[in-house]
Amino acid sequence: MNDLSTNWNATPQAGVGRRLLTRLTGSGVWRSVFRHGWIRTNRDRALTIYSNVFLHIHPVKVRKSALPFRVTFCLGGLSLALFIVLTVTGILLMLYYHPSAPRAYEDMKDLEFVVSSGVFLRNLHRWSAHLMVITVFLHMLRVFFAGAYRPPREFNWVVGVMLLVLTLLLSFTGYLLPWDQLAYWAITVGTNMAGAVPWVGDEIRFLLLGGNTIGENTLIRFYVLHCVVLPLGIVVLMAVHFWRVRKDGGLARPL
Amino acid sequence: MPQRDFELVKSDDPVAVPKRVALVSRDVSLKVDVEPEEMVMSVPHLVLREAIAFELLVAFLAFYSLLVDAPLEQMANPLKTPNPAKAPWYFLGLQELLHYFPPIVAGVLVPALVVIALIVIPYFDVNVRRPRLWERRDRRALLTFGSVVLGSLVILAIFGVWPVVITSFLLSLVMIACLLYPSETGWWGRVCKLSLPSWIMIWFVACTVVLTLIGVYFRGPGWSWVWPWQ
Repeated sequence: MNDLSTNWNATPQAGVGRRLLTRLTGSGVWRSVFRHGWIRTNRDRALTIYSNVFLHIHPVKVRKSALPFRVTFCLGGLSLALFIVLTVTGILLMLYYHPSAPRAYEDMKDLEFVVSSGVFLRNLHRWSAHLMVITVFLHMLRVFFAGAYRPPREFNWVVGVMLLVLTLLLSFTGYLLPWDQLAYWAITVGTNMAGAVPWVGDEIRFLLLGGNTIGENTLIRFYVLHCVVLPLGIVVLMAVHFWRVRKDGGLARPL
Repeated sequence: MPQRDFELVKSDDPVAVPKRVALVSRDVSLKVDVEPEEMVMSVPHLVLREAIAFELLVAFLAFYSLLVDAPLEQMANPLKTPNPAKAPWYFLGLQELLHYFPPIVAGVLVPALVVIALIVIPYFDVNVRRPRLWERRDRRALLTFGSVVLGSLVILAIFGVWPVVITSFLLSLVMIACLLYPSETGWWGRVCKLSLPSWIMIWFVACTVVLTLIGVYFRGPGWSWVWPWQ
């Protein structure tokens, strides 16, 4: 235990707020959760990182040269942030959505006219999805031009390419779900390209669509891919990606 | 001579031979050219920046989502084909290629090759060393460059892929300019220092952007050319 409570309580001019904060962060319940008091010493700063399951993807210390905005443009972090926004808005959208025709389209209309802030929710999800495709692509370009894929980071670059492909597939499967003309024909064009694969093209297309044309079977397949299979895959690969960033030499450092 | 109980192995591989002995002759001083880098605590320096970036992003998304509505057209109708039917915007570069090449090229070969090319980047020595484009300023380098560019341009022109032909031609002019007017300073100096892998990536991105923009803004009924204001 550090001496923060005695230190702060000893100053008589400390305000009510600070005294409350001191009491709170010094309490046994707080410490059972956070394992450290209010952040005042470098020991607390280190503890904040390595006693927290989410923050411990970071090292306790980072190179100062990796911090300025122009080094990374925050693109990897922004891609993760967009994924979090997409997960939250996506789960909320799932509450109002039925993956069946024509109900799926009627749900879009309900989001527009019945659900409070329904349009806002859908807008957030759609624009975040578009932006994520852009930030992931730009992240790849930044890493390329920094030469940050060099050994020992080769494999993490490969994981990154897989993440880019998964991002595109997530966006593509989500495109069908509103079940409007835009969705239907965009997926028709897209899956027709898959049908051009030699020998097994038609089989792949049949497997994707659950039939020879897009219908309710396609909707449920894309829904399961979009909401379960692909997010699980991308989360697993993201875990590998972030872990390897640390193991392979840290943030944004030209080797 | 005393008895040796070890064996000296000459090797460059630190994994196979982890204990190294460096012999420093009298005229060569040991020079350490890597200084320990300055480190800062992740809390608050890194985590605070991340929090700020996240909040700015959410604020931007919220404003944008208040101002611009996601598109929603009529209900899906398999009997009513829109003209043109367009893929999502990030696949429109490929759909634009579909206009010039058979589906097996535009829909299968090109995307597969792009993904494979991206994956193998770090496993090629040239991408790791990244020598500048005109490292060897000799006739052979120029001949190789010229024949590859001309050959590709001719093939692309036969298929009529004019957006890619024009983009590639303009970029190759810049690359030639790096040979004719080399510089070490300023923004032009930075362009001249670019490596061949960087140029290939720039070419790939430029073609992708051009094809995608054409697919999004310049294609109308029957995939004919239209101007965005028409």
